[in-house]
Amino acid sequence: MNFTLKIWRQDGPKSPGRMVTYPVTGISDEMSFLEMIDVLNDQLVRNGDEPVAFDHDCREGICGMCSMFINGEAHGPNRLTTTCQLHMRSFKDGETIYIEPWRAAAFPIIRDLVVDRSAMDRVMQSGGYVSVNTSGNTVDANALPIPKPAADEAFQAAACIGCGACVATCKNASAMLFVSAKVSQLALLPQGQPERLNRAESMVEQMDLEGFGNCTNTGACEVECPVGISLDHIARMNRDFLHAKVAKKG
Amino acid sequence: MRDQKQSASMDAKVPQGPLADKWTQHKNHVNLVNPANKRSIDVIVVGTGLAGSSAAASLAEMGYNVKAFCFQDSPRRAHSIAAQGGINAAKNYQNDGDSTFRLFYDTIKGGDYRSREANVHRLAEVSANIIDQCVMQGVPFARDYGGMLDNRSFGGVQVSRTFYAKGQTGQQLLLGAYSALSRQIGQGKVEMFNRHEMMDVVVVDGKCRGIIARNLITGALERHSAHAVVLCTGGYGNTFFLSTNAMGSNASAAWKAHRKGSYFANPCYTQIHPTCIPVSDEAQSKLTLMSESLRNDGRIWVPKHKKDVAAIRSGALKPVDLVEEDRDYYLERRYPAFGNLVPRDVASRAAKERCDAGMGVNSSGQAVFLDFSSAIERYGKTAANVKGIESPSAEQIEDLGREAVEAKYGNLFQMYQQITADNPYETPMKIYPAVHYTMGGLWVDYNLMTTVPGLYAAGEANFSDHGANRLGASALMQGLADGYFVLPYTIGDYLADDIRTGAISTEGAEFDTAERGVRERIEALMGNGGTTPVDDFHRELGKIMWNKCGMSRNATDLQSAIIEIQALRERFYKDVRIPGRADQFNPELDKAGRVADFLELGELMCKDALERNESCGGHFREEHQNAEGEADRDDINFTHVSSWEFTGVPSEATLHKEELAFENVELKTRSYK
Repeated sequence: MNFTLKIWRQDGPKSPGRMVTYPVTGISDEMSFLEMIDVLNDQLVRNGDEPVAFDHDCREGICGMCSMFINGEAHGPNRLTTTCQLHMRSFKDGETIYIEPWRAAAFPIIRDLVVDRSAMDRVMQSGGYVSVNTSGNTVDANALPIPKPAADEAFQAAACIGCGACVATCKNASAMLFVSAKVSQLALLPQGQPERLNRAESMVEQMDLEGFGNCTNTGACEVECPVGISLDHIARMNRDFLHAKVAKKG
Repeated sequence: MRDQKQSASMDAKVPQGPLADKWTQHKNHVNLVNPANKRSIDVIVVGTGLAGSSAAASLAEMGYNVKAFCFQDSPRRAHSIAAQGGINAAKNYQNDGDSTFRLFYDTIKGGDYRSREANVHRLAEVSANIIDQCVMQGVPFARDYGGMLDNRSFGGVQVSRTFYAKGQTGQQLLLGAYSALSRQIGQGKVEMFNRHEMMDVVVVDGKCRGIIARNLITGALERHSAHAVVLCTGGYGNTFFLSTNAMGSNASAAWKAHRKGSYFANPCYTQIHPTCIPVSDEAQSKLTLMSESLRNDGRIWVPKHKKDVAAIRSGALKPVDLVEEDRDYYLERRYPAFGNLVPRDVASRAAKERCDAGMGVNSSGQAVFLDFSSAIERYGKTAANVKGIESPSAEQIEDLGREAVEAKYGNLFQMYQQITADNPYETPMKIYPAVHYTMGGLWVDYNLMTTVPGLYAAGEANFSDHGANRLGASALMQGLADGYFVLPYTIGDYLADDIRTGAISTEGAEFDTAERGVRERIEALMGNGGTTPVDDFHRELGKIMWNKCGMSRNATDLQSAIIEIQALRERFYKDVRIPGRADQFNPELDKAGRVADFLELGELMCKDALERNESCGGHFREEHQNAEGEADRDDINFTHVSSWEFTGVPSEATLHKEELAFENVELKTRSYK
């Protein structure tokens, strides 16, 4: 297969960026999207040019590091699929493919398609945990029965891979789906109850400080999320946040 | 054999006393550091997988000042995240007779009697606490309808002790450790350095006192000092280029430690996992594991006759149309007692044997079938009985059977289809073995300290617990045991001597020399005027390793591999091309540094495989097999850890032996016939 790639190139955080056109030929439909970029980069290096910088690591759809905006969609055209699990058979021979970085004020560009997502780490550091020391001297694990439906729903929220596709997709660059997944996971479990309201409040405040936009409930994030995190978690976080604010005033 | 003048066994500092009391006694007698003094002691943790995140979080909670480093853009992305199956713990929740001793015994036996008894017993002892700890952190393990934790069986043991969170156990455990780490970062007790790579360790007056790190965004070299350094940097499977490891997984930190005096133990012990998705073409960048649990219901086969192989490869014959009597279910044929459930090393070698005989079923000849049609039929018939359907039609059976298989393995089937575009409900999966885990690593004593005082190694980066073959669901257990429950005790014993030392300066000659060395290595790579991309060398190294130091090995091949790797390394330094500059974000440069180290480590792996003149676990020497092609272990000459001291050329390292004493288990031959 042959493709025309139009890729965002940007030397550094303060340099101007631009779309650059590259033809690639002889691509097998078995290749993953990132292997296709590997082929391009191999050609670039052999020609003495600089390869396209992009983030990737596990290439199994779980680490959350790969992050390409392909033809106007986070992680490309397929649902429930990260960029690394997208294969070239999902494209038509001869197609032109546009590849851009995640774009959000809270995700400054480092180089080409690589952005700085440390804002997401800082939101986690503001409360995305249960305050228990790691002594091992807690209660026996089965002393804390958790109804299966609650455990399953918490698992669904915990499946978030932290890739930032929700932010990249949102017209406001809001991180509500990401933040709510963690707030919701811990709100659904008994271990998370003591800090539940404080957690929601402090994580939302940190999210705002980082410059993520507001949520206007369009739901695009849920559509593009590669692991299917549900909008319901945003509703749960909003309730806890409101509850925290009202409780404080009272 | 030369290099064996050191007749005294290396001292692993294993505490005296009965096996079951060693750890408790040791904890009761180690030196402690009082809380006020901990505030003036610095610890560096490199790597943020299960071992690193849990160690950094625990040490910070205790009061030490911790600096943590990872090369990824967030500590949450370390490759522990990709572990699928589960984590073992001797909880005996299923009341099936499990105990600390049984977990200990299974791990020793699974490791083919090549691991240290005291370490393995400690691992089994703390396993139950790991589950308690993780549950309190909010890790959503699978539960039954009573709200209790669920277990599944794994890896051929006779009890059900594996805790899991769907096929994402590693992810959930790592996010638990990451949340504990994030809490400490938020409190200012851990200073986190994302996108930083450790380039060297710094040894001052015989003690490890810091590292040189490179900021991967700016390329700047940084000096970081500490009273102790902990390497939790994972395994070295990517020496083979193609493996199930992440693209960035590398051995550089461990290798730099080796060059600075840490011995490297059992480098030839690598685990080749039998069920991975085969290589599809030359541009393949990595391999994907399909969980071991599939072998519970899948039957592995290749055609009996070459003509059918040719027809299947060309597409003229569909595998489902090949009649039963023309299929070779070779595991069931060779190992009637265990069949498709033989351990990983045995299953992998058997697949290679058939493919080497020309029976591989894809275009490259490197694949076998994993077939679920029997399982679908069997489950379908059962379901029809349960539903009271009298004389069900073939279609009904197939529909009901598919439903049952989907409930068990749905997510794995989906992943397989996403990658290969084949529907495994309709046609058998194609699988082939791939490099998955490395049991060898930095030699550590009972306290997890390497041979350099103050330099520790934990998790896959050390060699200590899995012997020559790791059991399924034990890697996650070891990473968290080391980080949460072992290091916090043992490191204090060492640091108790440092309470009056004060902050370590980064201005000394040792830091100068280390930083200059790093700078010169980078300049040599950048400025050589070469023309060949890094990946070419890595791919070539991978082929040498896979062909000559992979699933089966022999002296002739290993000797030639060493020469080939040396030649490749020479070419690499002359001809590698790294575009761009060193003072900018430059992934090709990062990769080149890692490949340079793989090119040395690969040579040592071959040397170790050559010296270990026996077959054991994942290490199979063709010269040492019985008439039926099964591994022959040599307990008289090789019941030891091979620990290598760097002397300049990787394969000319000096061998130091740690003799392994088995006082609580009897050495037996593993048989699966």
